[in-house]
Amino acid sequence: MIIAKNALPGLLDKLAAEYEVYAPVKQGAYSLYKQICNGAEADFGYVNSKIPPKGILFPQSEKLYSYSVTGEGTSLEECVDTRKKVIFGIRPCDAKSLLLMDNVFNNDKFQDPYYLTRRSNTILVGMACNDPAGTCFCTSMDGGPFDQSGLDLLLTDIGEAYVVEAVSQKGKDLAAALALGAADDSQKAAAAEARESAEVACAVNTVGLKARLDVNFYDPIWEKFHEKCLGCAACTYSCPTCHCFDIVDEAKDCNGCRVRNWDSCMFPLFTLHGSGHNPRTSGKERMRQRIMHKFKYFVDNFNATACVGCGRCIKNCPVNLDVREVLADIRGSEARSDK
Amino acid sequence: MQRNPYLPLPMKLVKNFTETEDKLIHTFTFQFLSEEDEKSFPYMPGQFAEVCVFGKGEAPFGIASSPTEPGFLKFSVAKVGLVSTALHMMEEGTIVGVRGPLGNYYPLEQLKGKNIVIIGGGFAFTTLRSMITYILKPEHRGDYGKLTVIYGARNPGLLLYKEELEEWNGRSDIDLVCTIDRPVEGWTGRVGFVPTVTKEVAPSSENSVAIICGPPVMIKFTMPELEACGFKPDQIIMSLENRMKCGIGMCGRCNVGNRYVCKDGPVFTKAELNQLPNEY
Ligand SMILES: Cc1cc2nc3c(=O)[nH]c(=O)nc-3n(C[C@H](O)[C@H](O)[C@H](O)COP(=O)(O)OP(=O)(O)OC[C@H]3O[C@@H](n4cnc5c(N)ncnc54)[C@H](O)[C@@H]3O)c2cc1C
Ligand code: SF4
Ligand code: SF4
Ligand code: FES
Repeated sequence: MIIAKNALPGLLDKLAAEYEVYAPVKQGAYSLYKQICNGAEADFGYVNSKIPPKGILFPQSEKLYSYSVTGEGTSLEECVDTRKKVIFGIRPCDAKSLLLMDNVFNNDKFQDPYYLTRRSNTILVGMACNDPAGTCFCTSMDGGPFDQSGLDLLLTDIGEAYVVEAVSQKGKDLAAALALGAADDSQKAAAAEARESAEVACAVNTVGLKARLDVNFYDPIWEKFHEKCLGCAACTYSCPTCHCFDIVDEAKDCNGCRVRNWDSCMFPLFTLHGSGHNPRTSGKERMRQRIMHKFKYFVDNFNATACVGCGRCIKNCPVNLDVREVLADIRGSEARSDK
Repeated sequence: MQRNPYLPLPMKLVKNFTETEDKLIHTFTFQFLSEEDEKSFPYMPGQFAEVCVFGKGEAPFGIASSPTEPGFLKFSVAKVGLVSTALHMMEEGTIVGVRGPLGNYYPLEQLKGKNIVIIGGGFAFTTLRSMITYILKPEHRGDYGKLTVIYGARNPGLLLYKEELEEWNGRSDIDLVCTIDRPVEGWTGRVGFVPTVTKEVAPSSENSVAIICGPPVMIKFTMPELEACGFKPDQIIMSLENRMKCGIGMCGRCNVGNRYVCKDGPVFTKAELNQLPNEY
């Protein structure tokens, strides 16, 4: 199937009539996924967004329920968002991150209705990466610039148009509803050509990494990674697989709401006990937690690495701490970190 | 989808009791508002719940009552911060929220036929009270062997559940040893730290399991005594208290290695903990 570029704004308008449509929008020097009201706001001249689109399903701040308490009792009102959504132009790494996140919000014992309701009401229209960034290392993390995991549709930019592949039934239905025309042979060939020439320059060798992490919790190597870290948590806020949150009350007298906000294992207060004891007292323990969680604990629990190689933590870190170098160091090999 | 795990059950505070002489621990009795609510909260000794004070927030506390005591839940709470202070000042009759039951519980099935040694220190006696009350229930008592309880506090005024301690003291189906750190006038019980008293009592490890809850120092020094009595790591049960928010394995806060204390714990055997990093 095919979408001509000049037809895209109109098509997004059409979608916006039925769905909340999220697409990359230029914001100063970078792109962010925002809800658009009209197709012309979207700007697909992006490599990837500064902050991942995870916030569409797991907002940075979200009301869980509101309450009012009176002498006679309480009334609670759940705030589950059931609106239908389309994320248009999500990159394959970010789509894959949602598959990882599903494990957390639908675990062996509990289900999170907020995330899961949004998730099942959201269609993911992916945009393949013809020109990955220097900080991308998705191919080392079981993904790739044309990877289809988690997507409903995948678009490939061939210059004047996007070639569209349906990945899931949801995707097929959407394509049918939009009455997309068929791609001709030369367009298909152009898409195949783009796929061939897309190159992720950076590779992180992960052979033996998990085996190292299985045994090196007490290794002195952890003394050094955090040395220049400021503990600002830019890395975790901008990571599409990080899911830590805090729950707080916002209330006036007896009327209020319970709200959850993104939180981070890089903050000292994150694990501070009421008694004053803190099991992760310094940056060393916190950095170790961040790496261990992604590359060992998550693998133990869900048989997948909680990193999709999007490179955001590398780009956004104010002191240039590079997860690729950390991993290479742990493995005892040399890192390739083209920026 | 199952019930929304973030929504608390409204409960009524029927008793706000000052438990210790220093007034820092209060025991709260919350009443279920309906039979239906109570049915939706089936719990076992060792589990915890998130108690929410509307307008302030929520915090996890071990359930001190036993499922054999229907109609209400009990929590004993130390005053340390926002939620616990709000609870301490709360008037009886106020509605709070309770979210749970959360976490796993003491392995009551596996403990059947075994002798049980319970060791508690300070105010970490809450879920141990639940456990003891459960075992002492006539229909359960026969399922378990000898029940020994060693409970220490700095001074007599800091012991929790004094009425029950007295009642247990008079029974023949439980061996209760209470101890205080330093001699005090009027105290006729033992004096000495929990590890020392454990050594003196020297519970047999034969067909036994020890459950130990208390401040880290107490645990640290009691462990070698238990080992000296022959307790193996899989015969020692502990309950962890990492900082928590969600209680359901999602907020990422309470993990020790690859386990979430809230969802996979808080009850672990020493053998299980030996497999995990010492981050608690
Ligand atoms: C499974 C489990 C069972 C438990 N059982 C019990 C029990 O039976 N009884 C009991 O009393 N406790 C129990 N606890 C501990 C209890 O959960 C904590 O004491 C409680 O969460 C404290 O909540 P709070 O809102 O009162 O304190 P908070 O307001 O959260 O404060 C706790 C401490 O952290 C500091 N702090 C918090 N936030 C900040 C901040 N933003 N900046 C600076 N400092 C900060 C405060 O100064 C304070 O010292 C249990 C914990 C767990 C995990
Ligand atoms: S750890 Fe870094 S590279 Fe990996 S997914 Fe998170 S932000 Fe992207
Ligand atoms: S972004 Fe960099 S400085 Fe900030 S917490 Fe992460 S590693 Fe540390
Ligand atoms: S308290 Fe949220 S993961 Fe355990």
